[in-house]
Amino acid sequence: MSGNEKEPILKVRELSVEFTIGSGGLLGGKKILRAVKNVSFDLYQGETLGIVGESGCGKSTLSRAIIRLLPASSGQAVWFGRDIQQMNNTELLGLRKDIQMIFQDPLASLNPRMTAGDIIAEPLKIHMPHIGREERALRVAEMMQKVGLLPGMINRYPHEFSGGQCQRIGIARALITNPKLIICDEAVSALDVSIRAQVVNLLMDLQKELGISLLFISHDIAVVRHIAQRIMVLYFGEVVEIGEAEQVTMDPHHDYTKRLIASVPVPDPRVEMQRREERRRLRKAAAAAA
Amino acid sequence: MPGITGKDTVLMDYANKLAALDAPKGRSLTQDALRRLSKNKAAVVSIGLVILIILVAFIGPFFVPWGYSEVDWTSIRKPPDFAKGHYLGTDQNGRDMLARVLQGTQMSLIVAAVATVVSVSIGVIYGAVSGYFGGRVDSLMMRFVDVMYALPYILFVIILVVMFGRNPVLLFVGIGAIEWLTMARIVRGQTLSIKEKEFIEAARASGAKPFTIIMRHIVPNLTGPVVIYATLTIPEIIIAESFLSYLGLGVQEPQTSLGTLISAGAPVAEVLPWMLLGPAAVLVTLLLCLTYIGDGLRDALDPKDR
Repeated sequence: MSGNEKEPILKVRELSVEFTIGSGGLLGGKKILRAVKNVSFDLYQGETLGIVGESGCGKSTLSRAIIRLLPASSGQAVWFGRDIQQMNNTELLGLRKDIQMIFQDPLASLNPRMTAGDIIAEPLKIHMPHIGREERALRVAEMMQKVGLLPGMINRYPHEFSGGQCQRIGIARALITNPKLIICDEAVSALDVSIRAQVVNLLMDLQKELGISLLFISHDIAVVRHIAQRIMVLYFGEVVEIGEAEQVTMDPHHDYTKRLIASVPVPDPRVEMQRREERRRLRKAAAAAA
Repeated sequence: MPGITGKDTVLMDYANKLAALDAPKGRSLTQDALRRLSKNKAAVVSIGLVILIILVAFIGPFFVPWGYSEVDWTSIRKPPDFAKGHYLGTDQNGRDMLARVLQGTQMSLIVAAVATVVSVSIGVIYGAVSGYFGGRVDSLMMRFVDVMYALPYILFVIILVVMFGRNPVLLFVGIGAIEWLTMARIVRGQTLSIKEKEFIEAARASGAKPFTIIMRHIVPNLTGPVVIYATLTIPEIIIAESFLSYLGLGVQEPQTSLGTLISAGAPVAEVLPWMLLGPAAVLVTLLLCLTYIGDGLRDALDPKDR
């Protein structure tokens, strides 16, 4: 249900991000690290695109380059027909309202000196400064209810919440400006398994209700398969495979994707035994190819 | 038009009620810290003593029989004499030592307060801006701090005195303007680590302006090191003031400060010990208490660092 006949809301074309690493010292030369290499994809209204790959493969860098928290070295990201790299300050502010982020570490992504209510209200203060205090409190309370927090917790501080609750605060903060796209950067990786399922299901419910698009970044292909309609696999900054979730997980084309899928543990020792054989075979094949 | 999708009035009433009045207050980090501080006996006693010293210094002069510049011609260089009301004796000019100690304490406290406020406000803003923007701005701002460090502050104070004449308040603004250098360095270092936290990125991603981020997200999270360093700056400033007054650059007669009193009492400590003991006792108590408060605050604000 990616709705290919429609115009994508976000078009990323040949996007690359480079970092210059000084090797230290006065005479040390400079090295260029290409963290993201010529990545292209489309994202449609109401769709979830999962981005998977191992640690350091450029998933987070890619997401930050898309919303211009990091400069892209070449290529473009087009949001509703406007190149994000070329946007002026007013347009950029609009973009910040439309694209929100949810972060990996639930506690670290909340300012420890602010109450939950203030944290959730912050984007509102930035993007809709004209609304009054009561109205703001109302919206915050309503949003807390929506993400499964009691509005009575509005005056509590982050350290008084559990990890799952903190992540719900993060989700409420992302949703309060009524965005069109939410980037979830490893949003559930730091949560334990039962809470993870709750948060993923919450995200899916909210998406169904509000019709937002999700860019769901994770190293865990099992979670991504559950939430995403399409999956993009990144390997050392390059797209190795992109396609429908079903197809990528059931019939992966690229060797790396196969290895990634084979690495997902199954809670059945007999099946797991067979899969160990399978993994060994894949590793051997990879070694032979190299 | 609140709400993103359909409004549920019942829910909204409930939420409204909770948000408006019934929401219980959470415990902030500051409250947590104060609670821990109140369990630290040395710190609590020290806070009590400092408050006592402040109260006595500012209210005491109204109840003392002699003024700090009043000369009693009948008792010059006399030890404590309760009948005449010289509870701490008199100095070489026949002035009541108790009145002078009270006035000196007052002066030292004012100096410490002014200079600390000046140094904290300049240092925090400067350090936070430098640390947050980083790169070239940071290098430029920090090289300026290095240059200021290299200037001997006595020279700076003498220039100030030459330019503006002898004015104690100005002088202590001057001390504050030197003391902020260390504060700026501490704050910058702290900012460098805070700005890498995810909540700063979250604020940037939702479009907050740099100034908002500094004031709303960085400065409140600097409370710990700033408060601790400020309590430790106060003794430093009191000592600097004593030194300047000793050189004749600080407080002028007949006004006095703890430093001046001690420097006047030290040479005659063998023959007129009461001239040294009074002010020295107050200064030592004050410095000790401030150190204990600083220690207590460090433990209370950063329980992990103990």
